[in-house]
Amino acid sequence: MNEYGNALAGGLLIGLSAAILMVATGRVAGISGIAGRLLQGVQASTGALFVLGLMAGPLLFRLVFGAWPGVTVTSSWPLLVAGGLLVGFGSRMGSGCTSGHGVVGLARLSRRSIAAVATFMAAAIVTVFVMGLLG
Amino acid sequence: MNGAFFRLAATLVSGLVFGFGLSLSGMLDPARVRAFLDIAGNWNPSLAFVLGGAVSVSALGVLLTRRLKRPLFDESFHLPDNQVIDRRLIVGSAIFGIGWGLVGLCPGPALASLSLGLPATMLFVAAMVAGMLIHDRLVARRSSRMGGGAGAETRLSQPH
Repeated sequence: MNEYGNALAGGLLIGLSAAILMVATGRVAGISGIAGRLLQGVQASTGALFVLGLMAGPLLFRLVFGAWPGVTVTSSWPLLVAGGLLVGFGSRMGSGCTSGHGVVGLARLSRRSIAAVATFMAAAIVTVFVMGLLG
Repeated sequence: MNGAFFRLAATLVSGLVFGFGLSLSGMLDPARVRAFLDIAGNWNPSLAFVLGGAVSVSALGVLLTRRLKRPLFDESFHLPDNQVIDRRLIVGSAIFGIGWGLVGLCPGPALASLSLGLPATMLFVAAMVAGMLIHDRLVARRSSRMGGGAGAETRLSQPH
């Protein structure tokens, strides 16, 4: 129950963050776009501030709840490298990830984002399924 | 009123709320994310509430922007209006989805969890940054070969 309540509360906050950015600055809270532009030195100061805030999030969580958010990474190092490369490359090629296409794009009823979310959800589910088969 | 200052402040607050929300939601945990994606196995559907909650509040923001002539602290909106579903979008999203399924991390949670100082997420972020740079170099090179640098620049500055 708590798991579901926290998921919903966290989701509402993520949506609030996207709404703040959109209403205050007119921009999409898309992490891959912000990170990609930051790497190119485009809109670097706003990008750096957003990422700084993002990284301060778990610290604020630690202050409020007295413990770090739970993170369990079981993937081997080669898998982490492969996954990172694919996530970085694919999110730039597809112009967005879970935040830009998912949180903001779906809320704007963007056709592109609906197609993107359907595609990456399907690809991720199939990947987890196949990895389960391979053990 | 200093628009640039409030713009930067709002961006920082937005990032902080995003990172706190991710921490609270369970999205930082790759094991939870992979359990959410494992619909044929030991499925944990709780993270659907993250996306549901996020999209509903984000949609309220969208409704609010439609009633505004311009954002509070900028001259105009910078929202993409491209409606074309092309191969880049689908192939790129599929590649992203495979990587997300392999490890259970996407860009937001990966960057946020850097502050936990775990070597595994640091390695993932380094590879993710490399993947972004490789993509953007390839696009820049291809468009300069076709003599259309401006087109690529628009594309690169527009993504979500």
